Parts: sequence; C-alpha cells; structure tokens
Amino acid sequence: MHKNASMYEKLYTIRQFEILLIEKFPTGIFPGTTHTSLGQEANAVGVLSHLDAGDIVVSNHRGHGHFLAYGGDPRALFAELMGKPSGVCGGIGGSQHLHWRNFYSSGIQGGTLAMASGMALAEKEAGSQNIVVDFMGDGTLGEGIVYECLNIISLWGLPILIVLENNHIAQTTQVEKAVAGSIPERFEAFGLPVEHIDSSDILEISPRAGRLMGEVRAQKEPRVLIIETARLGTHSKGDDTRTPQEIELLWQARDPVAIQGARLLKEERDRINLQVEEKLQSALKYAMENEEAA
Amino acid sequence: MKSEKSLTVLDSLNLGLQRAFQDDMRAILLGEDILDPYGGAFKVTKGLSTQFPDRVLTTPISEAAIAGIAGGLALRGMHPVAEIMFGDFSTLIADQVINHIAKFSEVYQTDTPVVIRTPMGGRRGYGPTHSQTLEKLFLGIPGLTVLAPSHILGENELGGPGKLLYDAITDFSTPVFFVENKLQYLLKLLTLADLEEFDVRTYDIPGNLRSPITHFAIQSAPKASLTVTAYGYMAHLALEAMHQLAYEHEIFCELLVPTRLAPFELEPLFDSVSRTSKLLAVEEGTLSMGWGAEVLARTSEALGAGLKMTSRLGARESVIPAAPDLESGCLPGVKDIITRVKEMVGK
Ligand SMILES: Cc1ncc(C[n+]2csc(CCOP(=O)(O)OP(=O)(O)O)c2C)c(N)n1
Ligand SMILES: [Mg+2]
Repeated sequence: MHKNASMYEKLYTIRQFEILLIEKFPTGIFPGTTHTSLGQEANAVGVLSHLDAGDIVVSNHRGHGHFLAYGGDPRALFAELMGKPSGVCGGIGGSQHLHWRNFYSSGIQGGTLAMASGMALAEKEAGSQNIVVDFMGDGTLGEGIVYECLNIISLWGLPILIVLENNHIAQTTQVEKAVAGSIPERFEAFGLPVEHIDSSDILEISPRAGRLMGEVRAQKEPRVLIIETARLGTHSKGDDTRTPQEIELLWQARDPVAIQGARLLKEERDRINLQVEEKLQSALKYAMENEEAA
Repeated sequence: MKSEKSLTVLDSLNLGLQRAFQDDMRAILLGEDILDPYGGAFKVTKGLSTQFPDRVLTTPISEAAIAGIAGGLALRGMHPVAEIMFGDFSTLIADQVINHIAKFSEVYQTDTPVVIRTPMGGRRGYGPTHSQTLEKLFLGIPGLTVLAPSHILGENELGGPGKLLYDAITDFSTPVFFVENKLQYLLKLLTLADLEEFDVRTYDIPGNLRSPITHFAIQSAPKASLTVTAYGYMAHLALEAMHQLAYEHEIFCELLVPTRLAPFELEPLFDSVSRTSKLLAVEEGTLSMGWGAEVLARTSEALGAGLKMTSRLGARESVIPAAPDLESGCLPGVKDIITRVKEMVGK
C-alpha cells in the first residue's frame, strides 16, 4: 500500500473504532464512560508514526487514538472498555488507564506530565536513544503541576516531545474562558522551543512532528508541538454544549479522515474502508466472545 | 564515621542512604536544597551529592513534580528517593501519590519502587505550617506502604532507621511513604545495652520488607496492667513514660512500637492487649480519624470483649502555635502519657 493509503487506513481505523464504540454504547456492553478522539486522529497517527521501538508514549483521557496509533490491539482495547480480563489492563484501567509495552495513560489531567518527565529523566540517565511523547489538551493548561514540570523539563533538558492538542474546548469550557494570554508563550517562557500548527491534515502534521522528534532524539532536548485541532465528537458519551451548526462546520472544515481520504481514488478508499470495518467488527466480536487475553 | 555508640537516628538514615547508593546503581535522589555543602534542610542527605554527583538532583520548589518524576523514574526501572523538605508539604504531593504512584503497580501491572521521605513533627517552634504530623492523610491508601523508623538499633550497625530506609530503597517494589520526625533525628540509637531494664522482643511482620514491631516490657516486673502503642518520636516519649511509671508509680505497661503504619498489621499488639485488656494509643498527629483510631478499631475487632478499655492521646485539634510554651501545651508529652495511664489503671 502506498504511503497516503496506509496513513488513511490508520486514520480510518481510529475513526471506525470510535464510531463502533459510540454506536454500541447504548447497548450496555461498555460500562462506565469514555472519551473519543473523533477529529484528532491525524495528531495521533501523524506523531506516533515516527516512534522508535524503545520510545515511550504518555497519553490522557482521550487516548484511544493514541493507543491504536501506537500499535495497540483493537481487540484488547474493546475488551478493556468492556471491563474484561482480556482487556489491555485486565479491565482494571478502563478507557482512561492503559498500559501496554511503553504506552501509558491516566485520567488525571496534567499529573501525567510528571510521570512523563520522570520517564524522560530515566532515559537520559541511562544514556538511551529513547524519547518520551506526552499528549495533553488545552484545558490541562490550567493545572499547576504542568508548570512545575515545564520548568524542570527545560532546566534538565529532558528528551520529551509535548504534544498539545488544542481542540479549543475542555469538556464544555471554551479555551477562551480557561486560558489567558498566549499558549505558545507559556512554553516559550520556560525556554522550550515551540512548533505551532493549525491543521487537521496529516500531511502537514506528520513531517513536522517527525522533525521535532528527530531533534529531541539527536539533541536530547525537549520540544513542544502545538496542534490547533477540532473535537468533532462530544466530550464523553453525549455531553456537548456546542450548537449542531457549529459542530457541522467543524466536520466540513476539519475532518482529518475526509482530508486524507480525498487524496485516494474512490475505489481504493472504499476498499480500505471495507477492510477496516470488517477488521474492527471482528475485533469487537472477538472481544465480546473471548475471555483470554488477545 | 562515628562509633556505633554515638549514632543518632539522623546518622543512621544518612548511612542507610549512603549504603543504598553504594550498593544500588539504580538509586537516584531528588529534593530541594539537598546538594552539599548544605546537604538538605535536616542533613539527612548530607554527603550524598559529593559521593554520587550524577545521582543526586537538586530540584526547584516543586513538590508535586518531585514526587511525580520519582514515579516516572520508577516505572523505567530506577529506584528513586524523593525528599520532601517538611512533612507539611506532603499535601502538595497528595495527587501524585494517591492518584498516580500508588496506582501504578496494580493498574499498569508493573513495579513502582518509589521512596518518598519527609520529616513530620513539632516541638521546634516552627509554627502552624512546619510542625504538623500529617501521615494519617496517607494511611489507608491501597498500594502505598507507610513506614516510620524507630530509634531502636536492631541487630547490626545498619539496623533500625538506616536499615529500614536501605531496604525500602533497594529491595521493595511498591511505593513507600517514609515518615521521619524532626526531634527523632536527634535521638541516640538504642542498643540492647541501653535497654537493660527492659525485656525487648522484635517481631517481623509479614510482607517482603523487614519492618519490625518492637515489644517492650519492664524486666522482672509483675504482670503489665496496660498496653501502650506509639511510633516514631512518640515511641521515645512513651518509653520514657513507661520507665517512670514503673520506677516512680509502680504501674507496669507493655509498649509496642510498629515501624509499618500501613498496611496495618498488629498481631503482636493484639497478643499484648489480650494479656492486659487495656490499650492506649499515642500519636503526635491530631486524634480525629487518626492512626490511633484505626488501631483501637482493629484491636477491638480482633479481641472483642477481651478489650476492656481504650484511650488515645494526640495533638490538640488546633493549629500548632509557634510560641514554645503554647506549642508544648498542644502536643502530647511524657507527663500526658503518665497521667492518662494512671487514669486508665485507676490510680
Ligand atoms: C485533575 C482533573 N480535573 C478534571 C478532570 C475532568 N476532566 C476530564 S477531561 C476534562 C477536559 C480536559 O480538557 P482538555 O485538556 O482540553 O482535553 P480534551 O478533553 O479537550 O481532549 C476534564 C475537565 C480530570 N480528569 N482530571
Ligand atoms: Mg481540549
């Protein structure tokens, strides 16, 4: 498969995973709650396609896309969301607390940046080539620990790429109501180099993420990637206070799956769609029927 | 090095750290103002940065980040030791400890060998925000072990506090909150020779970290009429009170000094109380919802009608004043223990 097609396939896998999840939620097979990454798929794939084998990913509450882009098994993720022993964390973690290989997520905003910093420090102490990629949202900029960590990350030159997914909303709170001043300048104040992208296009995100990760790895220094993006779905299961018109406009302008899909011929896109849909249907079925770890 | 005879709790902890850093290349230290020549606010880390410059990192004043970074280091196979300058500041690490570090082992199915050490306690005139005993906030957190060293030396020169710290750093795979005490630092370690008037027995409590409970009785005394339990610096005061009660008031007690506060494991205490049927728990923190409350509840559950009388002593439920006389009126002392014991035995 050529590069554009394989990127599209990855984006569509995340999209389809989340769609199935939303579709099946009302049937009661998924207890608890969940946050989906509709609209932010290109951030996950664009960044994480540049990982080396030993790299570490620290994700947040909106982490399914990150997990799948990392290479996580959709069967194990479905099972985790079902609370099954066969899930990624045996059903203990649920949607927000995942650990598989070097992928870690947690549901406390901001606090995970400290864990990520500690991991980056461990890699630095060990003299390894590994880097840490930490995802966070715009709303998380309200947490004090973030700034303790930014200071230390810069002081100690920790090999970490912070990816700020600015979807301009935190649960129901618009970024303008929560974040004063300039977001890039918050990082720059600590001496952290910032790359700023306003795009949902994987072809714009991926090369710049790749370059930054190369710099982190080679220079053993932190970098920040701010991606202006859009949350196309609700915050969690069904909570959204934005108007349908507003959301419709975002779908038209900022759907990473549509943007990348337009680069493929219709037949190719349809073929990939069908394959992905079948794969995820069978992953869902597998997760429902199997207790053994996937 | 000082001779074993004159070692204090502070020396022992410092020695324990040094040994841990010599033996364990994965040990790494984080904290505020811990570099030599200062060596930390209470000097527990003195000398470490000179001996192990690459593994001793002085940090900004960022307690939450210190704790959280220690968590991340542990997830990547290091053995981090984080110093929180004053125990009062442990409020700032609560989220990292409770929501992150204490959960890693179970949620992520991975080792989390973090040690967070901090000095609690008053009696130094430091006032409301530098004198508290707050470890009760960290008791009963699943996944978190809370240790409090005692000033009893144990079987070798690295016994007691230093040994407990050494083991927690080098040989324990889940997180530890290690509660020191400012006045306890100054106590001379007690060897068996110092304790000639006492029968001393040490019990190892189950678990893969050696955190003993020490049992004291007065040598050749009549049957004890009461059991006292206390840890940390209060164990020192309780031992003193026990001695005076025996020699000046002819009231005989048994004293149990645990070094692991959580998870609770109190079997030797239950044994003692089953003989005396009376229990006094003494702590330096405030009483409400405290360590002593849990000890009494568990003893009562274990012994039922075998437990006839209980009492607790702790700090007054107020801020801790800076003025020395006001402060000492607020924290339990030897006299308070003696008075309470006399009331409990009806003398
Ligand atoms: C410490 C903490 N406070 C509040 C929450 C509840 N919460 C979960 S997600 C969220 C919004 C986060 O917004 P943002 O960081 O912008 O990420 P996004 O959801 O937009 O991806 C909130 C308030 C939380 N999980 N943790
Ligand atoms: Mg947001």
